Amino acid sequence: MTPGAREWQLVLPLALFFAVFVFAPLALLGVVSFYDDAAITTPGVAQYVKFLTDRFNMAVLGQTLWLGLLATAGALVIGYPLAYIYMVAPVGVQRVLMLVIVLPLLTSAVVRTFAWVVILGRQGIVNSVLAAIGLIDAPVRLLYTPSAVVVALAQIQLPLMVLPVITALGNIDPNLRHASHALGAGRWRTFIEVTLPLSAPGLLAGCLLVYAGSVSAFVTQTLVGGGQLMLMPQYMYQQAIQANNYPFAAAVAMILLAAVLAIVIVVNIVSRRAETLVHG
Amino acid sequence: MADHPRARESRASRLERWSFALAFGIAGGIAIVLLVAPTLIVLITSFTSAYSLKFPPPGYSARWYLALWTDSPEILAAAWLSVEVAALATAIATVLAVAGAVALARRRAAWARVLDAVFMSPLMLPTLALGLALLVLFNVLGRGLSMTTLVIGHVAICTPYILRTTTASLLQLDPALLDSARSLGARPWFTFRTVTLPLVAPGVAAGAFIAFMASFDNVAISLFLSDARSEVLPIRMWHIIEANLDVRAAAASGVLIGAAVVLMLLLERLTGVSRHLR
Repeated sequence: MTPGAREWQLVLPLALFFAVFVFAPLALLGVVSFYDDAAITTPGVAQYVKFLTDRFNMAVLGQTLWLGLLATAGALVIGYPLAYIYMVAPVGVQRVLMLVIVLPLLTSAVVRTFAWVVILGRQGIVNSVLAAIGLIDAPVRLLYTPSAVVVALAQIQLPLMVLPVITALGNIDPNLRHASHALGAGRWRTFIEVTLPLSAPGLLAGCLLVYAGSVSAFVTQTLVGGGQLMLMPQYMYQQAIQANNYPFAAAVAMILLAAVLAIVIVVNIVSRRAETLVHG
Repeated sequence: MADHPRARESRASRLERWSFALAFGIAGGIAIVLLVAPTLIVLITSFTSAYSLKFPPPGYSARWYLALWTDSPEILAAAWLSVEVAALATAIATVLAVAGAVALARRRAAWARVLDAVFMSPLMLPTLALGLALLVLFNVLGRGLSMTTLVIGHVAICTPYILRTTTASLLQLDPALLDSARSLGARPWFTFRTVTLPLVAPGVAAGAFIAFMASFDNVAISLFLSDARSEVLPIRMWHIIEANLDVRAAAASGVLIGAAVVLMLLLERLTGVSRHLR
């Protein structure tokens, strides 16, 4: 026997835990979603038919994915430049920037969501400033709107975008940039033709994390979106706990899972393609 | 021919450089403000002397922190339960994940890669769905909700963080160290205890810290798996914010922000935790 040959057995407890408490329940949830009645007696596809043919349900799904997409785009547009600034900053500045980026990640999402409730509230800073410069006479409603949810989600998930991009940018040989400059390409052209494609894996990883986090961000969606805005996670919760309709809640969960998984798979394929393009 | 071609080109290239710096500076600046400002605003609001979350506050006092400490047994009980659940879940997850990382790190076989992706999946999948799924499972098994069910759910979301940081630390470990320990006759467990574990400990600690915070912060799992009597802090706060926007929520947020800053700086000193977050 070679030394360490039995080391693989150490994975068994974790594998067992995942089999029993992650996969079995998800499989069970899948089974439950294929029952026609709330009492779970008649098997069938009624829940999915009900979801996919109903205008309201499809609007909930579409709105959830759309807001997730917008939040991802928002986080990318400001997160990528921040990662770039981090990369070119001197070491001392980098240390401070890293704390600024990481700290929100370690403070509770409830707290970060609460911050947006304070900022966008009727007496919040945005309304105060708008009133002070005379743009509005009475406080405007900023909370409980889709735009508020997008802004809050993008901000709350921002570190998850910045960190993978920093890693990807750090892996790029700075000589490539210098060579591009020396050969006469400007900043923009170097960025678009050299830096951006080489950082694609980190960028895609960041987008994936932000998107997956945004579409299932129950706390932010419910507190910033309020009662008017129904999104998938809240819909699932409401159907299970308040309406006691487990098969329908399970179908909602499965559809949300499928929507996230589909994006994960697509992004993985694109990212592998990008890597082969870069590394030949 | 007023312009010399070289002068024209240099003006264009200056414009080009400036526009690049400006665009990235503005976007990055917005990102920095957005990362810092909300936390500061909550901290400032928590010291208000008023009964509302008006910003800027009309006056300052520590009354809401006092109210939190003397007058809010339900928030303190929820906080304590959250600490208990997070500590238990992190402890169990650490044992499972470190063993798993030792087994999987450096292994290139397909099954090992697949398992690795599987163990990381809770980071990506909607945890709300997992919460509902576990609730259905416990119902089918005829088990009522309890502290145990809550901790089980939290272990699932804690393991990926610890697995990731421990695996990264193991990959940085010089294999020659393990080889020499082996060739000197050390048994695997002895090698693990005296060589491997001390060297990967900072990575494990960083992962455990992040996992603890993730569990402490989790709403999605607790929403489905805690029984009526046990309410964890984030859910208590969620109710407060949703129902009546009590200023005590700001004070509680202030305490949580303070705790995160202190823990973060402490762990940064000890383990360089920010390196492990990437």
